[in-house]
Amino acid sequence: MRKVQIAVVGGGPAGLAAAVSACEAGCRDILILEREDCLGGILKQCIHNGFGLHTFKEELTGPEYAQRYIDKAIEYGIESRCGTMVIDVTKDRKITCVSRSAGLEEIEADAIILAMGCRERPRGSLAIPGWRCSGIYTAGTAQRFVNMEGIMPGKKVMILGSGDIGLIMARRMTFMGAKVEACVELMPFSAGLKRNIVQCLDDYGIPLLLSHTIIDIAGRDRIEGVTVAEVDEKLKPIPGTEKYYECDTLLLSVGLIPENELSQMAGVEIAPATNGAVVDEALRTSVDGIFSCGNALHVHDLVDFVSQEAEAAGKNAWLHVKGELPEAAERIRIREGNGVMGVVPQYVTSGARGSVTLMFRPRGVYKNASVTVSAGEEKLLTRRHRILAPGEMVSMKLDAALLEGRPGLSEITVSVEV
Amino acid sequence: MKKELTCIGCPMGCQITAELADEKIISITGESCAIGKKYAEEELTRPTRMVTSLMEATGSKMPLSVKTSKAIDKSKIADCLKAIRESKAELPVHIGDVMIKNVCGTGADIIATKELY
Repeated sequence: MRKVQIAVVGGGPAGLAAAVSACEAGCRDILILEREDCLGGILKQCIHNGFGLHTFKEELTGPEYAQRYIDKAIEYGIESRCGTMVIDVTKDRKITCVSRSAGLEEIEADAIILAMGCRERPRGSLAIPGWRCSGIYTAGTAQRFVNMEGIMPGKKVMILGSGDIGLIMARRMTFMGAKVEACVELMPFSAGLKRNIVQCLDDYGIPLLLSHTIIDIAGRDRIEGVTVAEVDEKLKPIPGTEKYYECDTLLLSVGLIPENELSQMAGVEIAPATNGAVVDEALRTSVDGIFSCGNALHVHDLVDFVSQEAEAAGKNAWLHVKGELPEAAERIRIREGNGVMGVVPQYVTSGARGSVTLMFRPRGVYKNASVTVSAGEEKLLTRRHRILAPGEMVSMKLDAALLEGRPGLSEITVSVEV
Repeated sequence: MKKELTCIGCPMGCQITAELADEKIISITGESCAIGKKYAEEELTRPTRMVTSLMEATGSKMPLSVKTSKAIDKSKIADCLKAIRESKAELPVHIGDVMIKNVCGTGADIIATKELY
């Protein structure tokens, strides 16, 4: 069986940044396993710009951002195996993978970094009535067809959900000659960035129908149209508000789910709030020597933050291999208080050094609110925000020194105060 | 004349109302910080956008992704897209290669954002 020091599952932005940082820290035995034919992950199809403002201080397109890391990986001589799909990971860090070139292989690693990314919520999870006709795609699938394969899925488009990929695709389809009829959003606010609403919808006169949803899909072989209705505060369609839109394509932009089948095979504990692994500040999962980062850990808004998180995972994986990562003997639980969901990490190791990056999503839209981290009644850290919204992940740094000298401290709480 | 816009400076998304006369700004209201004021001024006098799109490549099934080297006037987007659509890339192409110089007289070049060979 082949042995490596660090195996990275996934060659997207998280896997690449983790591998590059592990190499920069000193590891010379790294293997990236990627199921697609080339590295770069989802960035390959994100041809719009706006990536890298934090990392490179300039606005790049997705392929350009990915290439910077691919070039580094090549320069460092990091081995990557594309067209290789990992089908099993065990608790004792044995990886089983398949590829056309080598067939079935087993690899044993001292540390594994799980960086599989996420996938889109499909139509099946939405319960919209109608036939299983063609012409219905997740926004990301359509993005791949258009931007990488050069195939247009249709000419008259409706979009359900106003996530960023849906908004970006509204503009792309318009640019490629299609007519986008409307973008329909169930909630009274969009989950997408303001910039995307203005520059992808408003600029081209595409209506954003807030508090609306699709209640029926017409068409048997190919989609012919959709019925849209307004919803009440309980998100139930209001009778009498139905309107029919003719279309040949429906794009779904209704959420992303971290991909963790492999993590679960390895026995990694999954957090229900994020659908990703439960980790500590070193990005360690519940299984010794297995780390997680990027969208497989929790869905990010910005690739820059994925890269930062993955860099930390890469460094820590190398420390683990060298036996220099302090044991996670006693841990402090990070609890989700009022208005907070999906805090990552879920634990901080007692005696951790430096600053701990806490990330979470606000449960609603809050104006002039503060975010506090508290130990019991005592506030350790307070940060004011002019606005908090579910569409924008909050990231804050907590100085680990604040947790020192508190014997018996078992949990801290992050909450939003209005 | 009154114009309404949404600020893109932060998630607040302030609804800004501006009053214009002879294409000159008389007043701007509704913003809650300097970013909003600056955004409204630019957006009302000379709105610009980065344009990213796809160019056909000879001998490749995959299209070439391209971008403008800088933001161009919003009014030139349609012309710029047409120029990209009517061009063909010759392989190999590297990131940063200039595909069209001074596209539609905007002063911006169309450059490749992908390695294609």
